[in-house]
Amino acid sequence: MKTFLILGAGTGGTMVANKMSELLDPDEWRILIVDRDETHFYQPGFLFIPFGIYGPSDVVKPKRNFIPPNVEMILSDIEVIEPEASRVKLVENNRVISYDYLVISTGSHIHPEETEGMVNGGWHENIFDFYTLKGATALSRFLKFWKGGRMVLNIAEMPIKCPVAPLEFIFLADWFFHERSMRDDVEIIFTTPLPGAFTKPRASGILGGILADKGIDLVPDFNISEVDSSTNKIKSYDGREIDYDLLVTIPTNMGSDVIERSGMGDELNFIPTNKHTLQSEKWENVWIIGDAGNVPASKAGSVAHFMLDVVVENILRHMEGLAPLPKFDGHANCFIESGFEKGILIDFNYDVEPLPGKFPLPGLGPFSLLQESPANHWGKIAFRWIYWNVLLKGGEMPFESQMTMAGKWA
Amino acid sequence: MTDQIFATNSLDNVVFNEEGFMDDASAWTPEIGEAIAQTLGIQLTDRHWVVINFARNEFETNGEAPTIRRITKNSGVETKELYALFPGGAAKIAAKISGLPKPTGCI
Ligand SMILES: Cc1cc2nc3c(=O)[nH]c(=O)nc-3n(C[C@H](O)[C@H](O)[C@H](O)COP(=O)(O)OP(=O)(O)OC[C@H]3O[C@@H](n4cnc5c(N)ncnc54)[C@H](O)[C@@H]3O)c2cc1C
Repeated sequence: MKTFLILGAGTGGTMVANKMSELLDPDEWRILIVDRDETHFYQPGFLFIPFGIYGPSDVVKPKRNFIPPNVEMILSDIEVIEPEASRVKLVENNRVISYDYLVISTGSHIHPEETEGMVNGGWHENIFDFYTLKGATALSRFLKFWKGGRMVLNIAEMPIKCPVAPLEFIFLADWFFHERSMRDDVEIIFTTPLPGAFTKPRASGILGGILADKGIDLVPDFNISEVDSSTNKIKSYDGREIDYDLLVTIPTNMGSDVIERSGMGDELNFIPTNKHTLQSEKWENVWIIGDAGNVPASKAGSVAHFMLDVVVENILRHMEGLAPLPKFDGHANCFIESGFEKGILIDFNYDVEPLPGKFPLPGLGPFSLLQESPANHWGKIAFRWIYWNVLLKGGEMPFESQMTMAGKWA
Repeated sequence: MTDQIFATNSLDNVVFNEEGFMDDASAWTPEIGEAIAQTLGIQLTDRHWVVINFARNEFETNGEAPTIRRITKNSGVETKELYALFPGGAAKIAAKISGLPKPTGCI
């Protein structure tokens, strides 16, 4: 019996488990998946929690519901991966699993303690994250009773998962304060280490324009060095200081602690991965899907979905002794909530930055690209249903894994 | 004065892109590094050279200019010091002086 082992049962790992359970011969292969948490979080839903649009129960389901019966699910922390020996040690019962193939999908996680002063003092009092259910829920309680003041949204360091989420948060906050007739009492400031509103120049210009229209101040090139919660100030390495009443932060994102323990990651614990084949740069029988790798694509669920077909095909090819195909093009596709029941859609890959135009989607679209529209908002809302019912099961989505130029204004 | 002349001379045949990064990293020499630093108003010290040598090494092994975090995790120069050495965008300025392309690091 050969062993196909998957580490992490989040978006990527769950999709791989479903696909592989259909493709591998059960007489020849056993498939195992390990995760320390029995709850699956629909992370894109965290964005809506601070504003009371979703509650905690809208974004959680038991992981087991999404793992096929012929896959063994193990609930345990992963102690260490030993790729030289093709072996993984678990915390639970000190279990050791030797594998023939390993897929790593342990994701990316926030580390507020990486910024001096962030977690002592005002943490979850007037400093919040919304990248965890806990943070998003604490923030929703705070916002319910907030009388206004200066809200600063800060990105600590790039890369972060879902790089559009901070913008969406700001757009929704602007809307939320409007709805509560308190927008005039709130000053919104967005500080980012990037030179503009987003990572890609054209989208950055357009999104920057939308920020300005909504009366939001953008502070670019701001690399946070410290939070001083005794005086409610954030400071940058180049000596700038900004006061806040409410600080919403996207802390440093890093790969899982087990990647560091195993000596498999870069300086942020992301695993060096071939950006076109998704194979580990070092070990042939190790493959990476989702946020855990260092490929220069957005860390997003939609990207993990576009990676799925490539990873699966390449692993099957490898099993047959064939070379992997360089098919992953960095395709990302994100609905950006812009408030007032509108949204913006961006579609891009390694080589082509987000462009304006129309995104042709049979049955649902077309969606406007890089432009606000109500359809894009409904696309985002529909994404939750699609996520639970189609995406996690590795089902067919009405998107191609590789990007197309159809409808785009180049 | 002599420094000034030396600086201009060393940059005579060097090609930069519109953002001020050298087009061809392999054409870089330590003298060119000194000269670029001068145009940016930076006097290079031993600590600068720790970073520059680290960045050049990284580029040779990985084909990319290192990010701030990579520099501070692996070169022995801490973040605060790094910003003090290369004011106005540590990783970018260090890459410019080291003759490397703009660090990507963000997507
Ligand atoms: C606020 C927010 C908004 C977002 N919005 C969008 C959006 O609109 N569209 C979109 O496409 N994406 C969005 N995303 C991103 C998306 O959720 C992630 O990119 C996606 O879930 C990544 O999948 P993954 O499999 O790589 O990691 P995850 O789904 O995070 O799974 C990682 C799993 O590994 C497990 N694990 C890690 N380490 C260990 C260990 N040592 N032992 C045992 N188990 C371990 C974890 O418990 C977890 O279950 C958003 C994310 C956030 C936070």
